[in-house]
Amino acid sequence: MTSVLYDEPGPRARRRARIATVVGLLLILALVAVAVRRLDERGQFERELWAPLIDPSDETFPRVWELIGQGVVATLTAAGLAIAASIVVGILLGTARMLTGRAGRVPIVGFIELFRGLPVIITIVFVWRAFEELGIDIGFLPGDDGLWYLVIGLTLYNSVIIAEILRAGVQSLPSGQREAALAVGMSERTTMRLVLLPQAFRVMLPALISQLVVVLKDTSLAALVALYTETLRTGQRLYQTLDNPIQVLFVIGVLFIVVNYTLSKIAVWVERRLSRSTTTSGDAAAVKAAGGAGSIG
Amino acid sequence: MEAVTENLDLYWSGFLRSLGICLWAMVGSLVLGALIAAFRVSPVASLRAFGTAWVNVLRNCPLTVVLFFMAFGLPEIGINQSFYFFGVAGLVLYTSAFVCEAIRAGINSVPAGQAEAARAIGLTFTQNLGSVIMPQALRTSVPPVGSVIIAMFKNSAVVGAFGVGRDLYSVGRDLTSAQGYSYIPVLLGVAVGYLIITLSAGALLGVLERKVAIVR
Repeated sequence: MTSVLYDEPGPRARRRARIATVVGLLLILALVAVAVRRLDERGQFERELWAPLIDPSDETFPRVWELIGQGVVATLTAAGLAIAASIVVGILLGTARMLTGRAGRVPIVGFIELFRGLPVIITIVFVWRAFEELGIDIGFLPGDDGLWYLVIGLTLYNSVIIAEILRAGVQSLPSGQREAALAVGMSERTTMRLVLLPQAFRVMLPALISQLVVVLKDTSLAALVALYTETLRTGQRLYQTLDNPIQVLFVIGVLFIVVNYTLSKIAVWVERRLSRSTTTSGDAAAVKAAGGAGSIG
Repeated sequence: MEAVTENLDLYWSGFLRSLGICLWAMVGSLVLGALIAAFRVSPVASLRAFGTAWVNVLRNCPLTVVLFFMAFGLPEIGINQSFYFFGVAGLVLYTSAFVCEAIRAGINSVPAGQAEAARAIGLTFTQNLGSVIMPQALRTSVPPVGSVIIAMFKNSAVVGAFGVGRDLYSVGRDLTSAQGYSYIPVLLGVAVGYLIITLSAGALLGVLERKVAIVR
């Protein structure tokens, strides 16, 4: 293995690396052993703590997984609605920002900077409390009010990010694309609609998938403020009854990690495919960076 | 608006407390993130595997789940700390994975020819690392690490909502629930507090980026 940091290692360096690998492995194993012993001492491997989660013959098992299933569906519903709404609003915001003149842009840029700078939890709580206080009734929407407060809060934040991703996507296209479209007599709007946006969407795809990871993770903020019963809040209720927080949180963590890890891998795969394909396409990695700090959310 | 003006001192102390969370978590996640990044680029296979696992677990797990695990899981095995400690520690663990990836991207962006040239003129490994690779890698890492840190400042509100007490978020909660002020002005005050932190951090980062930018 060679990298910018070190050359192809010779026999001595390889031996040193092998020794260090074994020592490192022992250290890691020692760390794991300490943790496992601690868990064991405190009886965290007791059957009764794990059985409701992993033993199908346990009497609470079906009910526990039914509840977790409902939680997962609730998480996916909120994330799906939020990402769909964010894409629509984000495209409108992004295009509006690119097509309006200097003065008309000011409120749009202000809106974008405002919601990009606010912690998303504050946005969610603000939407929730302000709607209640102003007496805005969202009862006509199907499902819990909590779901919609969460979705609106997430949409405000993520649509702004998507608007920025879109702008980066358009900017990453070769300038000849726009110039050629204008030269054949298309208006700015038509150029945007027929030439720039369709190409930008292609480059945006990996960034959009990464944003989906952010949204999925952020739905769990609802559990923190007891707004909506999604996966984590379901888990919280379960471990309060079953008295096994470590086990339940472990299972929920694994659920999130598996789904999000798969999504991230898909994003990387799509990005590779795109960068391999046509020569006129923009730079997917640069567009992804415009979304901010990866999927930190 | 008197909800805010009457309680400016509360807001101010909440602001300082939130800023404290941000700064502690920044120091912690930069140190830990740099260490994990060193693991991930080292020639030692076991450390590389550890670093990869660390990043994939923490990056794909919601911060809320990490915090719940710290505060409600760890006491089960006899680790008892304040919510403040658990909150900052959870934020550090979570952010370290993102810092690691940003630093690693910086290191990988240095063209291999740089190191090869340095080796060709006879620089040792340490000289090569210290005066050729790292100066370039760190400068390239500034924008991505900076945006991770700004995102982390925003995530500090999650730690606040989690219940560390006396921070900006908690001030807002106390004013509305205990003292009965209406939500809109109080939350606007909280939002302004966070905007001051994130927007000025963004401006600082902009200055820093211009100072250290390398044109390739």
